[in-house]
Amino acid sequence: MLIELFTDYTLRNVALGSALLGIVSGALGCFAVLRRQGLLGDALAHAALPGICVAFLLTGSKAPLVLLIGAALAGWLATLLLLTVVRETRLSTDSALAIVLSTFFGFGIVLLTFISRSGSANQAGLDKFLFGQAATLVAEDVQTMGLLGAAALLILAALHKEFKLLAFDAEFAASLGFPARGLSVLLTSLIVIAIVIGLQTVGVVLMAAMLVGPAVAARQWTNRLGVMVMLAAVFGAASGVSGALISVSEANTPTGPVIILSLTVIVLGSLFFAPARGLVWDAIRRRQQRAERLSD
Amino acid sequence: MSNPVEIRDLTVSYRDKPALWDIDLSIPAGRLVAIIGPNGAGKSTLIKAVLGLAPVVAGTVSIFGAPYAERRRMVGYVPQRSSVDWDFPTHALDVVMMGAYGQLGWVKRPGKTQRELAMRCLEQVGMADLADRQISQLSGGQQQRVFLARALAQDAQLYFMDEPFVGVDAVTERAIVNLLRDLRARGKTVVCVHHDLDSAPEYFDWLALLNVRLIAAGPFEITFTSDNLRKTYGGTMGAAIRHIEHFEEDRRAGPMGLRSEDEVRC
Ligand SMILES: Nc1ncnc2c1ncn2[C@@H]1O[C@H](COP(=O)(O)OP(=O)(O)O)[C@@H](O)[C@H]1O
Ligand SMILES: [Mg+2]
Repeated sequence: MLIELFTDYTLRNVALGSALLGIVSGALGCFAVLRRQGLLGDALAHAALPGICVAFLLTGSKAPLVLLIGAALAGWLATLLLLTVVRETRLSTDSALAIVLSTFFGFGIVLLTFISRSGSANQAGLDKFLFGQAATLVAEDVQTMGLLGAAALLILAALHKEFKLLAFDAEFAASLGFPARGLSVLLTSLIVIAIVIGLQTVGVVLMAAMLVGPAVAARQWTNRLGVMVMLAAVFGAASGVSGALISVSEANTPTGPVIILSLTVIVLGSLFFAPARGLVWDAIRRRQQRAERLSD
Repeated sequence: MSNPVEIRDLTVSYRDKPALWDIDLSIPAGRLVAIIGPNGAGKSTLIKAVLGLAPVVAGTVSIFGAPYAERRRMVGYVPQRSSVDWDFPTHALDVVMMGAYGQLGWVKRPGKTQRELAMRCLEQVGMADLADRQISQLSGGQQQRVFLARALAQDAQLYFMDEPFVGVDAVTERAIVNLLRDLRARGKTVVCVHHDLDSAPEYFDWLALLNVRLIAAGPFEITFTSDNLRKTYGGTMGAAIRHIEHFEEDRRAGPMGLRSEDEVRC
């Protein structure tokens, strides 16, 4: 398998694409998690589905760039709608998220059904965006993903200090003259990019887990934000690559669920066994303390 | 030089409910100012309005004679401690360095200069030995001192602090009082939201009583009266009024300046 990785065209694309996805969503997911915006990622991912369908209906093209632009625009629209609902109504943020998420996703499913009924020769394959199908990645997809991902990571690296301050204390950031709302919109846009990168590999339904999982696992191992971001990228890449390769070796397995399963192994391992915050060591420490008290 | 803070006809409103109504307030330089009022009186909102963080409906605020946006580098801010997540993955020194982000500007990362500055600020609040400690491992008082050190790193002329004494231990309370006096001695102006009527006249020398409207403002000797407190608290706070009556008796007995801190605290 290892040698095939470098020679087999499909395997190479799958491995590269899922590694990219893992790195970008892992790093950006840290900020989403620290700002308690995991649900926002979920809403944005689900909102991408109607965007993809509309882009296909309007252009008749399945070129990755066309579909990705559709997904990104829909994500943007969902964000704007969400902010408006929160501002103009008395709904709480999570109710507003739930409404936006289900409306967009429901609309997407309707469009998807319509497209597959219309029976155009080109229609097959849009449903891979539901749960992902890494085997369909071609070199062109991986290139698009690489460009988008590199841009997102560059911005994240340049504005690391600003995003850290925004995540820790947004009002203090604003008092220093860093525009909290603008930075927040920028960060959300970067998360939309991460989602777009993951569409074909993980799919819209499980994409949010790819943002939240690596960050939660990484937080267990470190108390430094910089280290957390790096670790999350590594965890994201590891689960992406292993999951994608397993799914490709079993014909017709959707990739998203397999990636999320291997991510789950990492997350559970971290929750239980990480030295300072792991539940297992916690229990052992408590038992030792109890024993000491009893022997006193 | 203009006053550190000049507020004219300020009205702030979240949705349709006014949080502050037609405030006029001038704060003179070199004072330790307490903002006192019941819960929901708009004390935090007043600070946020000055810093451009609250929805101002009408009125103007000027800081040393200019809008806040032109005076950011002269102002330090200590938000309410409970306003942030203390389980954030960072350590004390790193939080203090955030105070220097404004001077650093966009993109540039903090370096040796900022680390040394932050270390000096931690020393000033007696926290140098905890610089590397993860912030969730600090006590409430130590977290508060980290926030104060972050404001010191802003190297400002005017400080706004939101309830710095809430939930802190006796050591921290002493440290904060000494820090406030030190700042005043260096000619800085400090504006604190304060909740404890008992300690207010001892810790501060200038008072603004607030309940959506400004009830009174000025030196304690003039403003700290049972009448004003009744107007601020709606006459419902019996305990508060009793404190004042003691204070007024004390004042009749002798001038404030002669009372040492320790006598008052016993
Ligand atoms: N972000 C906000 N959105 C809506 N209402 C708010 C917000 N912040 C404060 N308020 C309201 O404004 C009033 C004043 O709040 P605040 O300034 O926090 O009072 P204080 O600090 O004196 O306790 C309260 O009624 C509060 O509910
Ligand atoms: Mg308050």
